[in-house]
Amino acid sequence: MESNSIVMQIVQQCVNGIMLGSIYALLALGYTMVYGIIRLINFAHGDIFMVGAYVCFFAITTFHLPFFAALIVAMILSAALGVLIEKIAYKPLRNAPRIAVLISAIGVSLLLEYGGVALLTAQPRFFPPALGEVIFDIGGIIINGPQIIILAVSVVLMIALTYVIKFTTVGKAMRAVSFDAEAASLMGINPNRIISATFAIGSALAAAAGGLIGAYYNSIDPLMGVMPGIKAFVAAVLGGIGIMPGAMLGGVILGVVESFVSGFWSSTYRDVVAFAILIIILIVKPAGLLGKYRGEKV
Amino acid sequence: MNKMLKRDMFVLGICAVLFALFQLGFTFKIIGSFWQLNIILVCINIILAVSLNLINGYTGQFSLGHAGFMAIGAYVGAICTVKLALPLVVALIAGALFAGFVGLLIGLPTLRLKGDYLAIATLGFGEIIRLTVLNIPYIGGASGLTGIPRLTTFAWVFWLMILTVFIIKNLINSSAGRACIAVRENEIAAEAMGVNTTKYKVMAFTVGAVFAGIAGVLFAHYFYLVHPSSFTFMKSIDILTIVVLGGLGSMAGSIIGAIVLTFVSAVLASYAEWRMIIYAVLLIVVMIFRPQGLLGDKDLTERILNRLKGGKR
Repeated sequence: MESNSIVMQIVQQCVNGIMLGSIYALLALGYTMVYGIIRLINFAHGDIFMVGAYVCFFAITTFHLPFFAALIVAMILSAALGVLIEKIAYKPLRNAPRIAVLISAIGVSLLLEYGGVALLTAQPRFFPPALGEVIFDIGGIIINGPQIIILAVSVVLMIALTYVIKFTTVGKAMRAVSFDAEAASLMGINPNRIISATFAIGSALAAAAGGLIGAYYNSIDPLMGVMPGIKAFVAAVLGGIGIMPGAMLGGVILGVVESFVSGFWSSTYRDVVAFAILIIILIVKPAGLLGKYRGEKV
Repeated sequence: MNKMLKRDMFVLGICAVLFALFQLGFTFKIIGSFWQLNIILVCINIILAVSLNLINGYTGQFSLGHAGFMAIGAYVGAICTVKLALPLVVALIAGALFAGFVGLLIGLPTLRLKGDYLAIATLGFGEIIRLTVLNIPYIGGASGLTGIPRLTTFAWVFWLMILTVFIIKNLINSSAGRACIAVRENEIAAEAMGVNTTKYKVMAFTVGAVFAGIAGVLFAHYFYLVHPSSFTFMKSIDILTIVVLGGLGSMAGSIIGAIVLTFVSAVLASYAEWRMIIYAVLLIVVMIFRPQGLLGDKDLTERILNRLKGGKR
């Protein structure tokens, strides 16, 4: 009986972890796409997640939109915000040292966070439980409706993204630019437009993750994006930065590991473990689980 | 040699005069307690900024974990005085050595990473340090360590600040410093010229950590308490903003940046979010219009000194 309940707990934590992991995966995809194309850690990505949650919140409470319509509005507006941020804060630095762009990205991140605090106050807001409150009990393992919806939406979005990247013209152009921007522009691809498209797609995915998380935890605040942002970056590095399936894999692994740490050890060590994973992977296999190391050229 | 000594004496004289002026101001209450607090903060921030500049500006290794080393210094120093009842000198030495040791431990593996990877790894380490402190009940855990005696005086911070600037400036002008600058300019070329890049990167990182530790000890013994929330990622960003604004690789820039931004944040103390918004806009605007920082990598002190003496460079 004892061993049976431990198995149950393990399965339960896996379920929770995969839900959390699918959110990390959605965010990590944005990091990985941007990094693949302009070699920038977009520090502001986690904050676009926050903006997405807020847009979703206002669309539901002020404009009384149904949840999925609100989610789409949030994705569109955040995509526009992502493109705007790139044009203002990153594009002028295209030929600057990478550190300059990184500092600018940190600036954008702070601006969104504390701009949010100034405009919307730091007080957390109650996000209506728009995902329903159904709870399934499958032989002792609790799966609730929202978890299933989050997983389903994430999977649909990831499939859509894979389709866009693999089979559409924009997707092909993206792969070409990330492989060699100069050669791609010689082939008639406008890198600036492709970079904008990348930011738009990445930001839309982050906004979707934000809306889902808001509806799941029922609470949002302007600094909610900081930790998920860094964690999603850890996921992207874990899977291999610049590699799409890597981001999904990394996200799910990180989510499951975090659930196990908080379920079996202590939730205060959850973040420590996430950072430890980051450092171990950076030192042992900097290219990530699915990546191949390419030496630096002079 | 003699010329250099003379110049150092001259600078030391100016510092002594400055110190005497401020000290008189404090004792005769010409300078109020609000300004006294901020002047002490300026000195602590100068120590932090100059030491971070050694890592980020002169050696070109982008670290985002400086607050972590400050936290180590603050906590080790506080343990020395509160739990072991040792004097401040011992606390300073212990805090500095311990922070330097951790810096060495962290630096050895992570400095193999480059650019943004290093930034993220140091960010991770900074957070691990903070989260670990948060989980140790012996030093107060999440509620912080209180009851620290106020042993930091203006004399301590002022002269330690001068010492920090002096040591780091001399380090940069030495052959080790030139090696660091070579690493910043082009790591591969430096290596090809026979510079042991790992050695100098780790050295810069460790020295930076030592001085961050000293700043942490001073900080803890001025504010009566240390709290994990004082050493978040945001604190690292604060220090980074000072360094970036003044100029990566400019000693005078870091000092002026520390003075300006400390007073800016003092004025905006009751509008914390606006302070961060201003910092954010500063970071973006400086990067877009003047990526080398306000003073670039120019060294003002040399120029002013030369002009004062009417000499040529």
